[in-house]
Amino acid sequence: MNFLSLFVLIPVLMLGALLISSNIKQIRTICATGASLLLLLAITLTSLYLGERSLGNTADMLFKASSTWYAPLHIHYSVGVDGISVAMLLLSSIIVFTGIFTSWKIELLPKEYFIWFCLLSIGVFGFFISTDLFTMFMFYEIALIPMYLLIGVWGTGKKEYAAMKLTLMLMGGSALLLVGILGIYFNAGGSSMNILEIAQQYIPVEMQRWFFPLTFIGFGVLGALFPFHTWSPDGHASAPTAVSMLHAGVLMKLGGYGCFRVAIYLMPEAAHELAWIFILLTGISVVYGAYSAIVQTDLKYINAYSSVSHCGLVLFAILMLNQTAMTGAVMQMLSHGLMTALFFALIGMIYGRTHTRDIREMGGLMKIIPFLGVCYVIAGLASLGLPGLSGFVAEMTIFVGSFQHADLFHRVMTIIACTSIVITAVYILRVVGKLLYGKVVNEHHFQLTDAVWYERFAVIVLIIAIAGIGLAPLWLSDMIRDSFSGLMTALIK
Amino acid sequence: MGYANFLFLKEELSLIVLMIILLVYDLFGSQKSLKYFHPVACVLFLAHTLLNLLPQETTIEAFGGMYSCTPIGGVVKTILNAGTLIVLMQAYNWVNSESVLIRRGEFYLILFSSLLGMYFMISAGNFLLFFIGLETASIPMAILSAYDKYKYQSAEAGAKYILSATFASGLSLYGISLIYGTVGTLYFADITHNISGNPLQYMAFGFFIVGLFFKISLVPFHQWTPDVYEGAPTPVTAYFSVISKGSAAFVLMTLLFKVFGNFLVEWQAILYVVIIATITIANLFAIRQQNLKRFLAYSSVSQAGYIMLGVISGSAIGMSSLVYYILVYMISNLAAFGVITVIEQRTGKITLNDYNGLYATNPKLSVVMMLALFSLAGIPPFAGFFSKFFIFYAGAQQGFYVLVFIALLNTILSLYYYLLVVKAMFIQKNETPIVPFRSDAYTRISLIVCSAGIIVLGLFGNTLYELFVNMSFGV
Repeated sequence: MNFLSLFVLIPVLMLGALLISSNIKQIRTICATGASLLLLLAITLTSLYLGERSLGNTADMLFKASSTWYAPLHIHYSVGVDGISVAMLLLSSIIVFTGIFTSWKIELLPKEYFIWFCLLSIGVFGFFISTDLFTMFMFYEIALIPMYLLIGVWGTGKKEYAAMKLTLMLMGGSALLLVGILGIYFNAGGSSMNILEIAQQYIPVEMQRWFFPLTFIGFGVLGALFPFHTWSPDGHASAPTAVSMLHAGVLMKLGGYGCFRVAIYLMPEAAHELAWIFILLTGISVVYGAYSAIVQTDLKYINAYSSVSHCGLVLFAILMLNQTAMTGAVMQMLSHGLMTALFFALIGMIYGRTHTRDIREMGGLMKIIPFLGVCYVIAGLASLGLPGLSGFVAEMTIFVGSFQHADLFHRVMTIIACTSIVITAVYILRVVGKLLYGKVVNEHHFQLTDAVWYERFAVIVLIIAIAGIGLAPLWLSDMIRDSFSGLMTALIK
Repeated sequence: MGYANFLFLKEELSLIVLMIILLVYDLFGSQKSLKYFHPVACVLFLAHTLLNLLPQETTIEAFGGMYSCTPIGGVVKTILNAGTLIVLMQAYNWVNSESVLIRRGEFYLILFSSLLGMYFMISAGNFLLFFIGLETASIPMAILSAYDKYKYQSAEAGAKYILSATFASGLSLYGISLIYGTVGTLYFADITHNISGNPLQYMAFGFFIVGLFFKISLVPFHQWTPDVYEGAPTPVTAYFSVISKGSAAFVLMTLLFKVFGNFLVEWQAILYVVIIATITIANLFAIRQQNLKRFLAYSSVSQAGYIMLGVISGSAIGMSSLVYYILVYMISNLAAFGVITVIEQRTGKITLNDYNGLYATNPKLSVVMMLALFSLAGIPPFAGFFSKFFIFYAGAQQGFYVLVFIALLNTILSLYYYLLVVKAMFIQKNETPIVPFRSDAYTRISLIVCSAGIIVLGLFGNTLYELFVNMSFGV
């Protein structure tokens, strides 16, 4: 068995162990062990991958393996990674790891909670290692359904509405996606579901014109593409902390990843033709999301709209169809994944203490809970793109890349998208000012205690990762950039 | 005609022997020994299933082509057997309840004779035998649905079913007679070559196919379904929704492929409209149902629409996908019905609101129900996802992208109402929840089998699917 499959196997084993576990201690042991193993595995994979590349292995995908599944339909279970998937796997394992520590003290039905959480991770990891359209789609859907119960049972606020809205909208996206996948498969000759093999085939352009939008929107729904982003604010605001982290941090990245891995890579001609429509839509996402964040008063809503804006930027950069911008897109996925997870974790911790997420009912928290306060400031600075943290590297690369296009349309759109940086600064600083400084609004808040060990641990891991990318981005961006060369040849062809 | 011909009818004969044994047992068994009637019937039927488990290698022809059973037909019979066995096991509580106990023996015989009719439908090589099979299958079903005859709804269900079934059979028979009028034969093999496409043949075909649409309950011929499903005793409803529907769908497919292959374009056009109508209308109605039996009735109508996607493709992949779909649908639906049956028997509760907070009191039943509903909705990693994908694959292979797209949009609708039940069980709170109880051994075994099937048939169903593909044929 290929060692990439361990990424799926470990969560499966965790799930099995959870089913027979009987008390909270066992559950915590299982989850902590499993998540640490996954993190170790991701780090090992990264070093192995870099080692292979430095030895001069230039294959599109490394560590490939494939075994026949449904032979008459050409469905295989095939795995393989390139630099982009390695980066995504690293991100996912960090978020799963920290997510488990932030839900350390969950009280309501912990066993069921972690079972669904494991199922969610199976979907996420499986998606990033798959190179077969069917397997990829299957893992994609596996990642969607646990959200319903995770939000519905453990969520807060209008959770039932949000859970149903999120599930149905994302399933709607996957309905488009499935038609797209079948269309790609049959028009590429219907002889293989493997992405690498389909990429060698030619799909007639008039067919691409149908199936590119379907696939792109299908993935785009999960990547919060305007106007299909409306599930995101409600969903993220209602979800429990770790689920918001995983969903905004990793699941939304599935959308962006799928957009270039499937839609653009397999249908480059249509991508060139139709990109402008989606650039307009993502441009709206970027700016509209940022403006919406300004007027929100609920911490989670602010962060959810900020996610819409940042994820819009990911899709925006992907659609620029050049290597620099796309590298920036993946960097942005990483950066946004980490910092939004940090945000949601901190919001969860603050909410757990103050029992409110309304910024008008809080103030002066910096003096009372300095650790959480400082971390919140760090997350905010990463989000508004301070040099030295991950956000700066990503957004810089994106805008440099997208400005390389010499025509008016792309330039104008880039400038419009750039304004989001300023707007981001507005809503981040507004929240930091209201929440952390100024007078203490509520008397009871003086009794609040600062973060405990498992909370500190999770938060510090995330901050290290953010600062790591910000301070030493080159190895990562090189790894990602090289992996785009295959896609670039497909695009230039 | 030699009597040796009868030996080819192995499966039918073994079922008839089984029925005779049970009849004698029921008539002459002492009061004490009759206590074991249910286990004996189950074991005997299991033996019958196992005896006919191995798939045949070639088409069996007997009586000069009157009887002709393809290998895939044999597989479908086995699937029906497995389904009937599960239905039997789930019926344990009901057949031993006070009002039914006195008529217990007949229940098995009637059930099996209806199954026998389906065998003949599947392995007919001639319209005459086909029609006899159709009637043998449907008349017992009317008796079964009126089995709780002192209940108003059950009697109503029986009457409704017999009237609409007779009407449907009448239409089919009229179609058959017109076919005979135009080609002068009733043998499938001969008709295939003589179908030339004159107007009378189109009319005959129309009448005939409508009769079968009634059986499968495709829109607009589905009106009897909710009432009959609601009124009939729950095990019978389960039987209706999977066994009867599955066999009729498969028979429709083989007839369209084998006999009406020349009308490919015509019946594809008909099915195109019917599928869209069936899926959409049934889903819209299902959303508003409170009674879970009615709810599953509409859900099964919409599932029938998905099943037809396999037929419309007219290809071998379509056929194997359809058979696979029937198998998965059967397992999933029976799991759902098993839960509903046992809860109805123990508490008499059947509406959606009664299921609020079920997870708190009966976690295992809720999980089985959830698995079943997720499988019906097509959520991975459960079997329903795979069978739905195969059906869509078959449709898309023939270029029906728009149809597949509409069907997929409908899966969102269906997911919505399936999630309503999940929400009731897991999220809603209830002042007067269903009390915790331990279900009987038969129900438990059947539910375990179904749940295992839901998980295994998806991830590890490849060998079985390949077997189906090897046996399938297209137009």
